[in-house]
Amino acid sequence: MMPRAKLAQQKRDAVSALLDGRSLPAGGAWATKARKAAEARLRDMGLPVRRDEYWRYTDPRRLTEATVQPGQLHPQGDDAPVFDAIDRVKLVFVDGVFDPAASDAPELAGVEITPLAEAARTDLHWARDLYGTLEARSQNPVQRPLASLNTSYATEGMLIRVTGVAARPVALIYQRKNEAAEAMTHHLIRLEQGAELTILEDGPVAARYNQVMEVDLGEGAVLNHVRTQGRDHERAGVTHLFAQLDAQAQLKSFTLSANGALTRNEAVIWLDGADGAAHIAGATVGDGAFHHDDTVFINHAAPRCDSRQVFKKVLRHGAVGVFQGKILVDQVAQLTDGYQISQSLLLDENAQFLAKPELEIYADDVKCSHGSTSGEIDQSQLFYLRARGLPEDQAKLLLVLAFLSEALEEIADPALADDLRDKMEAWLKRRG
Amino acid sequence: MLEINNLHCELEEDTDVKILKGLSLTINPGEVHAIMGPNGSGKSTLSYVLSGRDGYEVTEGSATLEGADLLEMEPEERAAAGLFLAFQYPVEIPGVGNMTFLRTAVNSQRKARGEDELSAGEFLKLVRAKAKELQIDADMLKRPVNVGFSGGEKKRNEILQMAMLEPKMCILDETDSGLDVDAMKLVSDGVNALRDAGRSFLVITHYQRLLNHIKPDVVHIMSEGRIIKTGGPELALEVEENGYGDLLAEAQS
Repeated sequence: MMPRAKLAQQKRDAVSALLDGRSLPAGGAWATKARKAAEARLRDMGLPVRRDEYWRYTDPRRLTEATVQPGQLHPQGDDAPVFDAIDRVKLVFVDGVFDPAASDAPELAGVEITPLAEAARTDLHWARDLYGTLEARSQNPVQRPLASLNTSYATEGMLIRVTGVAARPVALIYQRKNEAAEAMTHHLIRLEQGAELTILEDGPVAARYNQVMEVDLGEGAVLNHVRTQGRDHERAGVTHLFAQLDAQAQLKSFTLSANGALTRNEAVIWLDGADGAAHIAGATVGDGAFHHDDTVFINHAAPRCDSRQVFKKVLRHGAVGVFQGKILVDQVAQLTDGYQISQSLLLDENAQFLAKPELEIYADDVKCSHGSTSGEIDQSQLFYLRARGLPEDQAKLLLVLAFLSEALEEIADPALADDLRDKMEAWLKRRG
Repeated sequence: MLEINNLHCELEEDTDVKILKGLSLTINPGEVHAIMGPNGSGKSTLSYVLSGRDGYEVTEGSATLEGADLLEMEPEERAAAGLFLAFQYPVEIPGVGNMTFLRTAVNSQRKARGEDELSAGEFLKLVRAKAKELQIDADMLKRPVNVGFSGGEKKRNEILQMAMLEPKMCILDETDSGLDVDAMKLVSDGVNALRDAGRSFLVITHYQRLLNHIKPDVVHIMSEGRIIKTGGPELALEVEENGYGDLLAEAQS
């Protein structure tokens, strides 16, 4: 074993090498201050390596190495479009850069939308208070250096502040035009007391990308977040959703993910006010040499909050699925209701599912449950369907969809859930 | 309709376990046959072998449906050819809506037979009418297949599938198990409504009471993988009265 100090030094050296010759992006006073602080955090932590407990199941090298491995651009129309029938404000990013010409006018009653590139030059108070704040908060108890890297070097992203009930969803749409582009986006979302918003994300971001979304929900605010990560097979992506919730606020986040060489989706949620609710869910389809990692940390820091984690993965042909999920219940968080389930359906012997569910509870009157399972298609269900006349392939498809649908049920809006179900079915039918 | 000749089968994973040992049976169109017998006589295995469940190896004999070799077909091909098994233990399938399942099943079979698929409207009209007869409410149609259904609801759901799929040869595997008197009447009425000159039934049961409702033309007694006695409805009454003991002794002597 390498001594700890030596490993830590190597990680720091790796950061220095990565940042060598780069300088922090130009910006106004608040942005520069936040970036400098984040860079200092990053230099202190070093780059993640597989030796880190938090990266035990997922090798981060592809996210940290000097060169970006290019990813083939899929022709337009290769994927079934998603959210097309949903009336939404479209904000388009091309290779990680906001493209106003391709976007809708950012006008929606009760919603202020400002690109980060523009906001960083002005004095936007709410953004100043939020940018990098939750990322910094997320560094304890587990270090997330890639998020600090993002805070310090991201120049693109969308800042969205909501003061009312948004009539339409805001959609962040990612497009790729460059095979080897690397993208770093940092979004901020602040919902004032009682505000409501649905935020959608879809499309291939870049060959390699690092995203942070910091979410601050005021009392009674409701945010629905639904995203898809598509069939851009060679992508290497890490995303971070950081959210703090005031009393009675509600957050629902759902991710549909297919393939990708390496995808790590982290979510860190703080239930800071009483009676809040956070539901984080995901459905993953992995077929081939793909690696998908969901890493979730939910901190119950106030009484009577409710949290759910529901993750379903269908894997075959060497695909690897990872789930690390933790519920931490502080001493004050009495009457917490915490639920966590992670399940995989392994369609052949070459697929692998690694799960690390954790509960840490300091309050004495709570209800928390967690479960993790790994299995194959149920033969008695398959026979039942076939005995009613369904061909084997169709019966299997139906069972796979049924398996994933429990996660889809976590989506609040049935129209969005139906849309994703169709998308999922199209993906599954194209496999094989 | 169904012709079974000298059928032998054993368990795939333990070939020492022989279950069917030369079973022969002929069911003509429009006939209702009942098979009765003690536990372990191979009644349910017969239904699985006919419908194509994995795990059994047929070592000898044949089974044909209207002359077509059943044993060569996949389970879904047997279904499309007109064979239907009402399961003793209908399987719960979370995440699949009962209605979706029914429509997919009906249309898969139609497609396999080269017929046009039913439109959503036609299907809905049909399923509502049939469900009503079986006192299956809209909620049961919406719920996932058999999930949270009571024993009686599961069996009614089986009969609904049978009514929708309109098979030629229906095998009912202990459909009376777990049913109270009212549910038994509902299920039997559902079955009787489907009786016609072109459709045959094989009713597998432990008890005579189901046969009060679904009146058989022929009753077979099965033991140790074979039919040991065949007769009319009175044979079932005899079993009810005296048990299987005398019949088994008679067969052995």
